[in-house]
Order: sequence, then C-alpha cells, then structure tokens
Amino acid sequence: MPKVHDRGGWPTDEPIERGEHELADWERRVDSLHMVLGEKGVRSTDEMRRAIENLEPCVYESLSYYERWTAALEYLMIEKGILTAEEIDRKMADLASASH
Amino acid sequence: MRDDHGGHGHVRHPGIATGEGLGYYARRAAAIEELLVEKGICKPEEIRRKTDEVEARSPADGARVVARAWADSEFKARLLADPEAALMELGYTVPETTPQLAVVENTAQVHHLVVCTLCSCYPRALLGRPPDWYKSLAYRSRAVVDPRGVMREFGLEVDPSVEVRVLDSTADLRYLVLPRRPESAEGLTEAELARLVTRDSMIGVSNPRAPQPAAAAD
Amino acid sequence: MAQSAKYRTGDRVRVRVGAPPHHFRTPSYIQGKTGQVVALCGVFPNPESLAHGGSGVPRQPLYRVEFFQTQVWGRYRGTQWDKILVDIYEYWLDPAEA
Repeated sequence: MPKVHDRGGWPTDEPIERGEHELADWERRVDSLHMVLGEKGVRSTDEMRRAIENLEPCVYESLSYYERWTAALEYLMIEKGILTAEEIDRKMADLASASH
Repeated sequence: MRDDHGGHGHVRHPGIATGEGLGYYARRAAAIEELLVEKGICKPEEIRRKTDEVEARSPADGARVVARAWADSEFKARLLADPEAALMELGYTVPETTPQLAVVENTAQVHHLVVCTLCSCYPRALLGRPPDWYKSLAYRSRAVVDPRGVMREFGLEVDPSVEVRVLDSTADLRYLVLPRRPESAEGLTEAELARLVTRDSMIGVSNPRAPQPAAAAD
Repeated sequence: MAQSAKYRTGDRVRVRVGAPPHHFRTPSYIQGKTGQVVALCGVFPNPESLAHGGSGVPRQPLYRVEFFQTQVWGRYRGTQWDKILVDIYEYWLDPAEA
C-alpha cells in the first residue's frame, strides 16, 4: 500500500482541473520563506518532503498545496526545537487581536 | 491597522498579512514567519528578495531558450549536453543551490511528458512556479499511467507512431522539454519563435503554438 | 574521489521492492520492475539521510532508468513502444538478466 504522497498510477479517472489560481500573498510568502530557510540550512528540501509525507493521509489529501507547506514548516520548526506549538498559538492570537 | 505596535512590546513586521478572513493556515504561516524573524532566523527583506527572484522567472525565460535552440542547432546541441552552461550563454545564472537541469528533446519519433508523482518537482529556476494542475493529485496519478489520455485533455493527440516518454522527476534533476519547432515556422525571428513556445509545451502536455499566417501584403 | 558507479548505460536493472519507514524516493509503481539504464545522472547526497537531518553521505550514484510502459502497468492505455523514465538511486537497483 503506497504512502499517500506516492501517487503515480493511483486509480483515478479524475480529469485534470485546468483552472489556475493567482497565488495569495500568504502563499507567496510561505514559498519564499521555505526557500530562504533552505538557503540558510535551517531546513532541507528532503526534510520538508518528509514532513509533508508524514501528514495524516486525510489531511494530506484535503489541504491545499501551500497549506501542506505551512504544516510541514511548523512540523520541522518544532522538531528542530526552534519554535513550540504554544508560541505559535500565542502569536496567532496576538496577531488576531491586534488586527481588531 | 499595520502601524501600531500594540501593547505587547513586540515588533510588527510590515507586509505580514494578518487580516480578517484569512484561513487558519494563512494565519499560522504569518505567525511562524513573525516568530522566525523575531528570533533572528531570517529577515523580512530576505523573504521579499526571494519573492522578487522567484517572480522574475516565468515561462518566457524557457521560451527564449527554446527559441534559441530552434534557431541555432549548435546551441541546441550544447543545451542538450550541458543545459546550465548553455543558459549562462544567454545570461542566466543558475544558483548553486538549484537542482540540476536536464533538457529532453521532442522529435518526430519521440514526445516527452514531465511529472513529479511524489511531490511537485519542476524546473522553477527556468520556468518559475508550476501551474496548479501540475501539482494536482490527478496529474500526478494519471500522467505516468495514461500520458496519452492526459495530453488528449490538453488538446494534444499524439500519433501512435510516436513514442511517448514520461519522465518522473523523482530525484535531483528537473526536466525541461524542448518541443519540436512548428513546421511552418520558417523565417521567423527568435523573438517571434519564442512567442510560439508555451509553458505547457515545455512540460509536454501540449505542443507549441502554430505561427499565425502571414498578413496579406498591402 | 569519484564514486565508482556500479551500472553503465545499457545495463538491465531491476528495481528493489521495499517500504522503509523513513523517507525514500522510489515510487511504488516502479518497484520490482525491470528496465534499462539510459544515463548516469551524477552522484548526489543520499536523500534518505538528508530527510532526517543527516549529512547525505555516502553519496549515491543516480541513474535514469527506462521501462516499457506495458511492462509497468497491467492495462496501459498507450502503445507498446511508450516508455517511462525514472531517476533511481543505485542502492535501489539490482542487476537483471539481459
């Protein structure tokens, strides 16, 4: 049974959805942030792939591309002891309240 | 909204979107970014610069390379043998950290299609970011097992006498398809040739545009 | 200190079958299949090590291996000449009969 990310030949006749979306600002930033962290050696492409592959299958399949990148980023920052989930929760709450 | 520094003593970083209506992950990403900046792991200007770099790349860059290869068979040979050296001839610098580029040539006998079944590897250094469909589960599943069906959806019917070759970018190489020069493209300048080269033709799901018929002489 | 690559262009190779618990880059659809080496792509740091914070050594030769689609898929919807090419690291390959 292949892992959820190992998609080659998975049975599907789903048509290719051709519509393209303009990246939201936050998606651009996540894209860039990952690359900057890569260049600084904070995290590697292979580590990021591993983090994405370790998402629960239902999560992997329901998140959008950059949502997966964000989840992987959090996973790795916590794994490396750079951030904690609580810090991120607090910062999210701070940013939300400040914007009111 | 972005100007006040709040009562918490932390610094706000301009440009981080934390507005209402953003989904959970967007807000999560903003929080992570702000924390990483606060901890000195990276700087907002580095992220901005990287975004500018990425945005500076588009399929027009790939098209330029293809057009040169169409116009100059010796350049084409150099491109196929050592893509990075050939790109440098055209003034592109491929950063050290970029995965290695490989170019595969479509011919009368062979048509190539590129996919990354495991994630979304793509020649970003030359073409910019991949389209959504390239990253989709449907493309990643179907391109390897039914490439002709996938191409048919993109409007391309590859003759049975032509061999279809799928490349699955599973490792350190990123693939660019060098599509076939349209037969009626004689006498065009390189710039005109470049306009025929679509992003999709450099992935292999379709062919380049045909040249417009020449306007009637006055 | 060039790593000596085990396979050369033209060699027939069979892809190993495996589902290691760590990160790896050999798609399951190609595991167990037999194909032909068409290129030595180079020698690269081992992604299975890099993914877990390792240094990526020993580096691994990477091969572009070509397979007939009709030999990969039970009901391939294309022609008998169609091929699929996959980039595979050396330790995932065994020699196959010519």
